[in-house]
Amino acid sequence: MSGRPSAKPAAGAPSSKVKTLTIDDRLVSAREDESILDAARQNGIQIPTLCNLDGLTPVGACRLCMVEVKGSSRLFASCVTMVGEGMEVVTDSERLQKYRKTIVELLFSERNHVCAVCVSNGHCELQNLAQTLGVTHLTVPYLHPKLPVDASHERFVNDHNRCVLCQRCVRVCGEVEGAHTWDLRGRGIDTRVITDLNQPWGSSETCTGCGKCVHVCPTGALTEKGKSIREMAKQSRFLPYLTMMREDRSE
Amino acid sequence: MSFLDMDERILEIAARVEVVYSPLVDLKEFPADVDVTIVEGGVSSEEDLHKIRMVRSRTKLLIALGDCAVTSNVPGMRNTFKVDDVMKRAYFENADLKQQVPSDVIPKLLPRTRPVHEVVPVDVFLPGCPPPADVIFGALVSLLDGTTPDLSGTRFGR
Ligand code: SF4
Ligand code: SF4
Ligand code: SF4
Ligand code: FES
Repeated sequence: MSGRPSAKPAAGAPSSKVKTLTIDDRLVSAREDESILDAARQNGIQIPTLCNLDGLTPVGACRLCMVEVKGSSRLFASCVTMVGEGMEVVTDSERLQKYRKTIVELLFSERNHVCAVCVSNGHCELQNLAQTLGVTHLTVPYLHPKLPVDASHERFVNDHNRCVLCQRCVRVCGEVEGAHTWDLRGRGIDTRVITDLNQPWGSSETCTGCGKCVHVCPTGALTEKGKSIREMAKQSRFLPYLTMMREDRSE
Repeated sequence: MSFLDMDERILEIAARVEVVYSPLVDLKEFPADVDVTIVEGGVSSEEDLHKIRMVRSRTKLLIALGDCAVTSNVPGMRNTFKVDDVMKRAYFENADLKQQVPSDVIPKLLPRTRPVHEVVPVDVFLPGCPPPADVIFGALVSLLDGTTPDLSGTRFGR
């Protein structure tokens, strides 16, 4: 019997129930409240991700982590799909590779990514993805939209030209810093990240200036002021550490 | 320049090819029946467009080398503006002397700078700013050997 994919993470304390499934023909087991992505990683199987980040609630925004589940023709974002008993998961097929490449291409085409002059050049998760997935050029046309750069904050810059709408900033600011400065506004291609009630970041009354959003942002969209080309390396490893310490304390 | 970073390995390539055209070759017109052409830069002006169409029609295998050719890169940053505004900025607002748009020496700009493959079909892509010399060398050698080039060492930027 194949397990029915479920997107609902079990609430409350970690479950002790264990499910057995196969990922890429390997028999693995995982707790029932773990995602396919968690299970794959624990077994050394790499699935590409972009919006997902250890320590933040998964939202399934980018769809790069999608996998095939036997018995269903639709694809499942593995970061938000829980493991199921008897599930047969395929993480790497020709179809998946094609879709993943197309997603990366669309991300490049939707905004203005000029890596050569970007502060994040060489430290960017979108660049890395393009390389590992073998995206050497775009098969879709560049849109070249005219987008603003918000440099009103004392220490940080928000460049919409480089944003991939992963929502890591939204989540880290809401879930970890507790300030909830970031949000999304608009729909589809017009979606933008905003600070407070869509006002300049520098005039935000909720932002504490902690810099967490800057360091979890996978691209050159959120950066520190005064960085020049290639200088903006992000330090997102503080996050799992921080959440771990907090969990320890609350026990 | 990254091309020259292949250093002495260039000789290895040179021994196996005949260079029939380059900006340094004293030849006005692009020759016919070329096996491989390596093209740099985005397609920005009417002259570029004319040239790349000619090159394509006379070349068996076209390689786009570098981010400008592959993504339009920095030259493409003007694409969010209208050509008129770009010209005004360059030749009026930023010019102290002789404020006028040059008409005869500068080829007319296209509305947008475009990657080569948006204009003519491209066979091999070597992105990078600049693309690593090792990848260029590896790609040329495999093309000469008739094998598929390994492009995993290339990436946008850097
Ligand atoms: S954010 Fe990343 S992909 Fe976009 S321009 Fe900067 S380095 Fe390139
Ligand atoms: S700096 Fe801190 S408080 Fe301000 S928006 Fe970013 S995460 Fe939120
Ligand atoms: S600003 Fe950065 S972290 Fe926020 S949604 Fe855009 S890419 Fe993601
Ligand atoms: S990593 Fe799963 S949807 Fe983005």
